[in-house]
Parts: sequence; C-alpha cells; structure tokens
Amino acid sequence: MTTSPVVVTGLGATTPVGGDVAATWSALLAGQSGVVTLTQDWAAELPVRIAAPVAVDPSEVLDRVEARRLDRSGQFALIAAREAWADAGAVDVDPERLAVVVASGIGGVHTLLSNYDLLKEKGPRRVSPLAIPMLMPNGPAASVALEVSARGGVHTPVSACSSGAEAMAYGLNLIRSGRVDVVIAGGTEAAIHPLPMAAFANMMALSKRNDEPQRASRPYDKARDGFVLGEGAGIVVMETAERAARRGARIYAEVAGAGLTSDAHHIAQPDPAGTGATRAMRDAIADAGLRPGQIAHINAHATSTPQGDVAEALAIRNALGDATPGAAVSATKSMTGHLLGAAGAVEGIAAILALHHRLAPPTINLDDPDDEVGLDVVRDEPRALPEGGIAALNNSFGFGGHNVAVALRSYG
Amino acid sequence: MAYSEQEILSGLAEIVNEIVGVPTSDVQTDKSFTDDLDVDSLSMVEVAMAAQDKFGVTIPDEEIKNLKTVGDAVSFIAKNS
Repeated sequence: MTTSPVVVTGLGATTPVGGDVAATWSALLAGQSGVVTLTQDWAAELPVRIAAPVAVDPSEVLDRVEARRLDRSGQFALIAAREAWADAGAVDVDPERLAVVVASGIGGVHTLLSNYDLLKEKGPRRVSPLAIPMLMPNGPAASVALEVSARGGVHTPVSACSSGAEAMAYGLNLIRSGRVDVVIAGGTEAAIHPLPMAAFANMMALSKRNDEPQRASRPYDKARDGFVLGEGAGIVVMETAERAARRGARIYAEVAGAGLTSDAHHIAQPDPAGTGATRAMRDAIADAGLRPGQIAHINAHATSTPQGDVAEALAIRNALGDATPGAAVSATKSMTGHLLGAAGAVEGIAAILALHHRLAPPTINLDDPDDEVGLDVVRDEPRALPEGGIAALNNSFGFGGHNVAVALRSYG
Repeated sequence: MAYSEQEILSGLAEIVNEIVGVPTSDVQTDKSFTDDLDVDSLSMVEVAMAAQDKFGVTIPDEEIKNLKTVGDAVSFIAKNS
C-alpha cells in the first residue's frame, strides 16, 4: 500500500483533431471538428458515411516494418505511449515496478477482418502468422510493454466505451496497492471499418447527418441523432507524487479517485434513471476524499445520442445535487467523435489539461440545448476555471452497462 | 520455370527487406534467418509464403524449420521450383 497521491507526469495522444497532445489540445480549445466524409469505396454503400479518422496517419509516424507488425490500434497505442513516455522525462524505474494498462473496446478488428478476407479469397495458408498477436485486444498493451521493458504486469480492461477510463482507474489502484511505482495507462481504438460502421449504424447508434459531417456530433443539442465513430489513442504516465517530486518531474494533475459500477439494466441501452452512473460519480468523489462542491469541471461522456446524453445529465445532477451549477461541463466528443475504448483516455487527458491550464474546452454544435439537460455546458468558447484547489470528473460509460468516473485534482 | 541461384538470392533479399527491414545487401547465403537477420519464427512463415508466390514453389510447413540459413532457402527453392 502507498498513501502518496498518484499523479500524471506524461501525456501522449493521437486523435482525430491532432497527431499529438499539443495539437489535440489546441484544436479542442479552438473548437475544431475532426469529423470528415469517408471517401473510401467501401463507404459508398453504408447508411453512415462520416467518421473521425486520426489527423495524422500512423504511416507518417512509424517505421514501415514496425507498422506492418501492428494492428492499426496497436500503431496508435505505440505512438501515444512514446509521446507520453518522452513527455514524462527520465522516469528511471525498475522494470519490475513498471506496469502497462492499455485498454481497447473492440481490439484488432482491422486485422481480424482483413485476414478473414484473405482466408476466403486465397485460402487458409494466406492468413498471416502475425494475425493473432495483432488482433488480440491485449496486443497494443503488450507492444507498449515491449517498447519500455515493463515487467510489472500488462493489463487490458475491456468495457466497451468505458475501457480507457477503466485503464486509468486500474492504474491508480495498481500504484495504490504498492505492486508497482509507475503505470503507463490509456486506451486505443481503430474501428473505422465497414463492419463496425454497419453494425453501429444498425443499432441506430450513429448520426446519419452525412451532409454535414462537422455538425453531426452535437451532444446536448435538441437535433442530436447519434454519435460519430472516431479512432485514436490516449496514454498517460502515472506515478506516486513522492516519486515525481523526488525526480523533479512536471506534474499535470492528481488522479485522485475512481468509481466503477454496472447497471444490470440492458446490454446496450443506458439506464434512463442513470443510477449506476450516479453511483460511479459519487464513488469517485468519495474515493478521492472530495466534496461535490469541489468539482469545477466535468468532461462528460456525452456521445450525442438522444437517450445517453440526458441519462448522464440526470446522473450528474443527482451525483452533485446543489453543487451541479458549479461544474463547467464539456463534451469534447462534439469535436473528436467517439473513440470507443480510447475515449476515456483521450477525454481523461483533456480533463487533466483543463485542470493544468485552468481552461475548460468548449462543446461545439450546441445550437439549441435540450431542455432536459440542466447542466452548465461550456459552449463555443473555452472557459476559465477557478484558481486554487479544484477537481474534475471524467465520465465514461459503455455498452454492457459499465459506468466509470475518474476524479482528478489540480496539483500545485 | 527455373531460377538461377543469384535470382533466388536477390528475390529472397527483397522479401526479407520487405518483412523485417534489414538491407538487401545483408541477405547473403551464409546468414542465419533468426540469428543474423532478425527473422523470428512468425516472420519466417511470412518469408516462406512470399517466396512461394515469387518463385511458384510449395514450401510445406515441416520444411520451413529446416531453412536455417538463406543458403538453405536458396537451395530448396532452386531444387523445387
């Protein structure tokens, strides 16, 4: 067990709005959308032909041979992990005290399906011998562990769209337990492929606003009609505050607590009463030793689905009670789209930077707010957050009824 | 169609370069795939599949493990293509 707070000392990301953390953060502050019309041939027949691909393709960043041994989701994870590890400076940790927790919602779906195509078209001998290590959901985590020689454990939480946030919660608890001193935690997802696109569309989960891609992801707006599928990765380096201070590292924020609950309501629909989500937020606040009145900012899950956004809004109001008006709520999926298993990690980074820079990113496309929301949503322009000790919540919920809230506290 | 040993060697060099990235000039008959050229057992299967396509030869699974050096592969392909 350790009683030292757990802090974030390194950040890395590749997202639909930027190829790294700096580009992503400035695009979020500027209210830039990463949603585009898909021009691939396979998209022509789909009911939904818009998505949010990464701003910088991994082929521009990775060595060709390195890239061909990784699924696209593994490529994103490696790019983001390298950035986070470099950003953390000289971590200098015993490899047996370093763990990796990189989540994915779906795993290596490009690899799985392209090899199935090869199987059908050319026969079983043509299936790649690398297919299994590339498609397994823990593949990206294992690749990151190989990169940094992490021998303290490699883990891959899988909880659909809450996976990335669950990875941060897992990392927090690994360090608290005393098992390791440093964790590289985050999430990755690469599912812009016709099969998941068709499947999500058939669930009626995706926005069909094909004519206005940049206007399609519109959390809390009355005209929202579903989420926009995004891709990318977000990775953080977490360690004890004591250790970070000793080595003179820059500390972005404290990962102060986490709440993880389940709905047992429906395999894919949110519980309209939001009780599981409320409990997750209350648990995170209590685990962090905070009071609701200290929550100055929330990066909401807010995917832009008609039911999900209002269920979460109700859950936030129930969790914070009278303190609800004090929380500036941002829905960054309005710009990035929904990165599924990477969403919780990328949005965790956005919330960490919001505390670090005292600036909440805007929510775009909120032209006509839904009357049922009842939250102070940051619209159009970034908003300054208060000075002094403040805290934030990062919410992520997933198909399966998973609810994860991570509480973050400003540091210094 | 028969290939000369030189043609097979340069073809294998291109394949190994494509799959693991080592320079084609490093791919010489005395080199071990695993010890000298960074071709692990998984990549070796890829090399064998690519060689099948390139030279129209069948390399059975049980034969792949016998191809320790580039020279072994050149001989096998020369004999069987």
